[in-house]
Amino acid sequence: MPINILMPALSPTMTEGTLAKWIKKEGDVVKAGQVIAEIETDKATMEVEAVDEGVLGKILIAGGTSNVAVNTPIAVLLEEGEDASAIANAPVFSAPLTPTSPSPLIPPPQGGGKASEASRERVSDSSHFSRVFASPLARRIAEQKGVDLKSVKGTGPHGRVVKADVENAKASPSPSIPLPEGRGKSVVSSGPDAKQLADMLGMEYTEIPNNNIKKVTARRLTEAKQTIPHFYLSVDCVLDKLLAARAQMNDAADGAYKLSVNDFIIKANAMALKAYPPANTSWTDDAVLQYNHSDISVAVATPNGLITPIIKAAETKSLSEISNEMKGLAKRAKEGKLKPVEFQGGTFSISNLGMFGVKNFQAIVNPPQSCIMAVGAGEERVVVENGQMVVRTVMTVTLSTDHRSVDGAVGAEYLQHFKRFIENPVLMLA
Amino acid sequence: MSEQNFDVVVIGGGPGGYVAAIRAAQLGMKAAVVEANHLGGICLNWGCIPTKALLRSAEVFHLMNHANEFGLSCEKPSFDIKKIVERSRGVSKQLSGGIGHLLKKNKVTVFDAYGRLMGKGKVEIEKKDKTKEILSGKHIIVATGARARVLPGLEPDGKLVWTYREAMVPDFMPKSLLVIGSGAIGIEFASFYRTLGADVTVVEVMDKIMPVEDDEISALARKAFEKQGMKIMTSAKVVKLEKGANNVTCHVEANGKIEKITVDRVIAAVGIVANTENIGLENTKVKIDKGQIVTGKYSETDEAGVYAIGDVAGAPWLAHKASHEGIICIEKIAGLKDVHPLDKSGIPGCTYAHPQVASIGLTETKAKAAGYEIKVGRFPFMGNGKAIALGEPEGLVKTIFDSKTGALLGAHMIGAEVTEMIQGFAIGKTMEATELEFMHTVFPHPTLSEMMHESVLSAYGKAVHF
Repeated sequence: MPINILMPALSPTMTEGTLAKWIKKEGDVVKAGQVIAEIETDKATMEVEAVDEGVLGKILIAGGTSNVAVNTPIAVLLEEGEDASAIANAPVFSAPLTPTSPSPLIPPPQGGGKASEASRERVSDSSHFSRVFASPLARRIAEQKGVDLKSVKGTGPHGRVVKADVENAKASPSPSIPLPEGRGKSVVSSGPDAKQLADMLGMEYTEIPNNNIKKVTARRLTEAKQTIPHFYLSVDCVLDKLLAARAQMNDAADGAYKLSVNDFIIKANAMALKAYPPANTSWTDDAVLQYNHSDISVAVATPNGLITPIIKAAETKSLSEISNEMKGLAKRAKEGKLKPVEFQGGTFSISNLGMFGVKNFQAIVNPPQSCIMAVGAGEERVVVENGQMVVRTVMTVTLSTDHRSVDGAVGAEYLQHFKRFIENPVLMLA
Repeated sequence: MSEQNFDVVVIGGGPGGYVAAIRAAQLGMKAAVVEANHLGGICLNWGCIPTKALLRSAEVFHLMNHANEFGLSCEKPSFDIKKIVERSRGVSKQLSGGIGHLLKKNKVTVFDAYGRLMGKGKVEIEKKDKTKEILSGKHIIVATGARARVLPGLEPDGKLVWTYREAMVPDFMPKSLLVIGSGAIGIEFASFYRTLGADVTVVEVMDKIMPVEDDEISALARKAFEKQGMKIMTSAKVVKLEKGANNVTCHVEANGKIEKITVDRVIAAVGIVANTENIGLENTKVKIDKGQIVTGKYSETDEAGVYAIGDVAGAPWLAHKASHEGIICIEKIAGLKDVHPLDKSGIPGCTYAHPQVASIGLTETKAKAAGYEIKVGRFPFMGNGKAIALGEPEGLVKTIFDSKTGALLGAHMIGAEVTEMIQGFAIGKTMEATELEFMHTVFPHPTLSEMMHESVLSAYGKAVHF
């Protein structure tokens, strides 16, 4: 029997994605494990591997199609001895059909010409519904467990979802965890629609389509800024000792590494979080989660948008390790080749715009983290020390915090720790 | 010694073996069945089928005796036990021939021979004339079935102490009988002989008859049999058989006392044991535990390429379980998609006594023990129009649902034709129906099956006719 290849969910938050391109074409022989297509997910471009082997019989969703919902059939794989004519007989699980009512109590339309007309009408206007074949018991248990039947692979006759499938499935995340919902556009663009307005006023513009990274970033930032009580704290840091240490270390590196100021900032934050864990937290309604490791998310601008690869357990790593790891992550981020584990699950974020000469800015908290540090440029400023005006290299950092978990006092104390490490990098060796 | 090659060689042509062979042939495999006795196995020749023929005779005789209740007259009904047996044998013969035709039609090669595993995909067959051949099979299915269990001191002798085998072909009508064991086999013979007029005593070691059935059904069955004049002793044990010239005195221990009961014949129906001996298992890695072949989810044994299905692979010892295992095993071998292991909670069991008993799934006691919160529905035959019209007002349909999910956990029935009705609950269970699907199904009126509907309604406090 031909096998439907479904749009995979390549990360926990993925609800839809862009089918970037097909690597295999119709008629190609496919072996299990071979890459058949590339899919752009929330954050990166991922390769899709074949699970079964056979011949790629028909491509249902063309390369370059965006907003393809997870579990939509994207192609049909033919098994040995089958030809393309078998595709017609393939079970179509997710073709748009009559919307299923959530309650089995409502009987299906019965008998007579009228009813079938009515159901035809429904077919035409319900393209985003897909019928799931499931046993009555499977439906009821799914409802009780909070399992989305669409996400369950059926193992019953003709792929029907049966009780055992639902029992083996994990419950979907509860609605209290905010997941990106709906079609980005309506969530993000509150207020007058820019396109309508521009068209109405006859303004000239070029439309640059949003990729998934941009859409997801937009959704998450809107959500963060609207739902998290932000609070900001700035502090100036003198970098002279750091710069001297950096020059000395780079000179001695003999090409094994080249430390940047940003590497020191990552390390200093990791050490400060270790010294002062109350800032290394997430807010939940029941408890504040205080993390054991400093997993530092570092914002990287890529041609496709913003992404935050993570230096995991940075407090355990040396500056050179951090530096080399960061270079690798940034490179792959720019190529869109990060794996979800490399950009999901940090505990503290850094956004550095110093290289653009920005003096000071406020970043948006990256949920579920509590803190993000906005780093400005290190510049020579006149500083008063012991009643004397002296010139020092000074950098302003601004910490944005989620006030529910990191309040003013906690944030301020954290910055003292950070300042101590960044101004006296030798302390990071302790 | 010649050698022949097959994709599948099945040892044993019973309801497990021949069904597996036909399914294999349907899927394009070259299949062979090696059967030493009769195609159709015990089921068709010495079990399910011939006993149903006997019980049908008993049922008609029962109706003749009650003809006046239907406004009919039947003067002094009588019977000829030889002719009853003759009819029963004829039924078996007809069907066994039918199996031969089915196998031929499906191009399954049948060897009228005794099969033994020789290891490494080989089966040695020994024909009636003692000549031997080697069959080679990529897959070998052991379906050798089972035989009556023999307890020490209660050894059947074929004359005074019978097994099902002799009980099925009596050469005279015993005036009195003692049946040891009240499982399906024991109860069916007890019912058959009682209906024909013998004094029947049933001795059961457990505290209830038909021990696998629901307590309530078991109690109703006991009441019905006792009303017919059967003597039933539970928590009782036959400790000694004292054989006379043409009778047996049974020493039955119950409540710490020994009661001596003298009867013409004894039927030992104390379970069955798997036929694992002398079939060459020692030439393989096949494991035996508690007398039966150890198998995996798809009937595979510890020896690659060797499978075991049906009675030889363990309980429940039912023909339909064997057939189903055979089909699943073959489909798995053929690599078909979506082949699932047999769900043993969905196998119905039937006893064709008067009254009949049929059940599927968990009993009320077992459902509670498994930790389910349950809803129990009951509907008595007395409330059903068709039952009254048939003159069968005694019986019960009991259903057990999981209150949390509405899954049908078990159904238990006693009364007329319940063995023909249990499949309705079996389909429901297989389709994973909840109480709502049963409630929304239109049952035809007037039928006994309406009681199934009403029993489900009753579980949810909605029964209409009671």
